[in-house]
Amino acid sequence: MTAHAQAMPRASRAASRDRTARAAGRGDRLAAGVSHTVLVIWCILVIGPMIWVLIGSFKTSSEIFASPFSLPEHWSFTNYVNAWVDAQIGQAFLNTIIVVGSALVLVMLLGAMCAYVLARFEFPGRRAIYYLMLAGLTFPVFLAIVPLFFVLQNAGLLGTLPGLIVVYVAFALPFTVFFLYAFFQGLPDDIAEAAAIDGAGNWRTFFQVMMPMARPGLASVAIFNFLGLWNQFILPIALNPDQQNYVLSQRLAAFVSSAGYAVDFGAMFAAVVVTIVPVLIAYVIFQRQLQGSVTAGTMK
Amino acid sequence: MTAIPGAGQVLPTGEGAPAGPGRGPRRRLGGWSFDTVSFFVVFLGLPLALFLVFVIWPFVQAVFYALTNWSGFSAEFDVVGLANFTALVQDPRFLNAVGNSVMFGLFIPLITIAIALTFAILITVGGSGKGQVRGVRGAGFYRVVSLFPYVIPAIAVGIMWRLILDPSNGLVNGILTGLGLDRFQSFAWLGNVGTAMPVTMFVVVWGFVGFYMLLFIAAIKGVPSEIYEASRIDGAGRWRTSWSITLPLIRDNVQTAYIYLGIIALDLFVYVQALNPQGGPDNSTLVMSQQLFRTAFTEGKFGYASAMGVAMAIVTLVFAALVFTVNRLAGGRSERGRG
Repeated sequence: MTAHAQAMPRASRAASRDRTARAAGRGDRLAAGVSHTVLVIWCILVIGPMIWVLIGSFKTSSEIFASPFSLPEHWSFTNYVNAWVDAQIGQAFLNTIIVVGSALVLVMLLGAMCAYVLARFEFPGRRAIYYLMLAGLTFPVFLAIVPLFFVLQNAGLLGTLPGLIVVYVAFALPFTVFFLYAFFQGLPDDIAEAAAIDGAGNWRTFFQVMMPMARPGLASVAIFNFLGLWNQFILPIALNPDQQNYVLSQRLAAFVSSAGYAVDFGAMFAAVVVTIVPVLIAYVIFQRQLQGSVTAGTMK
Repeated sequence: MTAIPGAGQVLPTGEGAPAGPGRGPRRRLGGWSFDTVSFFVVFLGLPLALFLVFVIWPFVQAVFYALTNWSGFSAEFDVVGLANFTALVQDPRFLNAVGNSVMFGLFIPLITIAIALTFAILITVGGSGKGQVRGVRGAGFYRVVSLFPYVIPAIAVGIMWRLILDPSNGLVNGILTGLGLDRFQSFAWLGNVGTAMPVTMFVVVWGFVGFYMLLFIAAIKGVPSEIYEASRIDGAGRWRTSWSITLPLIRDNVQTAYIYLGIIALDLFVYVQALNPQGGPDNSTLVMSQQLFRTAFTEGKFGYASAMGVAMAIVTLVFAALVFTVNRLAGGRSERGRG
């Protein structure tokens, strides 16, 4: 009797375990199915619009007006030529490369130097500087934009590319310093000490020992800064009123605000593509670093 | 500004005691040799000077200008005290803009986080129900694609959607008419009071979901797998596990994301400027930053515009403080990390 009573539950437990295992297998497939369905829809929602704009950039304006679904009759680059030359996207592209390129090099250099000193030396005012940088990160850029306009004007830099470069560097500095600060702090001390014992001064220690060691950190900050600066819109729209010096984002906005319905639709599609492609290329090449630093940020 | 979300993520690591644990004391200045002096002047002085002149000094000036009636390019102005602020709270246009910004600040973070969390959970728990959290097949692909909208310039995102939502030639109305919904023949999504704001929110959410999804995936992967193992042994299903185990454990990441997104939404500018440069139908998408730009650079009222900037900063800081307080009252930790 007792033996029977014990045997029964065991048997049914085994059966139920069997059932759970099968249910888990089915659950796995169901969960994977739901996941894939939702995520594929999301991917279509992301890629679809971009492909539509890409195709649109090869259509003539009348083809665009005729149907949103038609493929271009001839795959020609007319829109790109029009955008590049007539709509001055080419000039803006060149300006953007000059501004973003110079600002990127400068902010990486200055940011690394500043972060290095803050992270590895003790001196009065160190914490004050740290909190000042934090303030620079916290306050909205809109608060600074009006006075900044006059700071640049008084310096004779308003509407010039060097002026824009300097402002880009200054505003990207806090982020760069914070990121690299943590990085320099994590570097081992012994190598720097060995360099000092070998008679290397502060300058040589930094450029020949610390900078090469910090390369992974520098790479991920650089890619973040590149994207941030390339996408920058608020600073140029306020501080760069000269048409000749427009950067890409400004030129793109000018399409919308100025021309209204007289706008060359085909060229507008092409201009969007020209603006997007460089960042997408940079992203796809460096996506490991980018995703890595997002991950590193949350895991401690 | 530039990629602030990334910046915020490293802040907690950056702030530490003067000497990190387990490391020797920081180096002190080694005498006043030329090497040391020149090193400090260049390495600290140069970046700091740039930062003070072009970032901190304008912030300080803005607070001062906010107290003046400075109205243009003349040198003269009077200090008018808080008159700008009393004018602000009676300015219907600005109040409308504040209202719209608050709407964006309420809904954009909520929707973005809800979707990003759902996607993150789908990607991480969609895989095998046994062993470690492995994620669905093709997770890498989904992650790469999801970040596309975040990396392309916001102005390009805005204009792209403007083209897609175009009343007569856009993709959306093309699809809807194709499905037989003829009333969308030339429906102006961005030109109707009822749809302009929701559509704008949609575009912003589209732009940000991917980034926050990545953050949440990283957070979920940081949860020790034994915890999941234990909950499975206790018989918790996938959804139960997500709701009762994953969500509470990544709560602080959600708070951080909520603050970033709230600040982004309150200071929204580029997207609205691309979608509706004039403020939308009946100014239904006009936001604080747009009104500030117009007041300063079109109307030339610099003192008044500076007051708007100060108001924006205050609204933003109050918002961040509110989120912190609510999370703490609800039992969360104010410190990040899970002890």
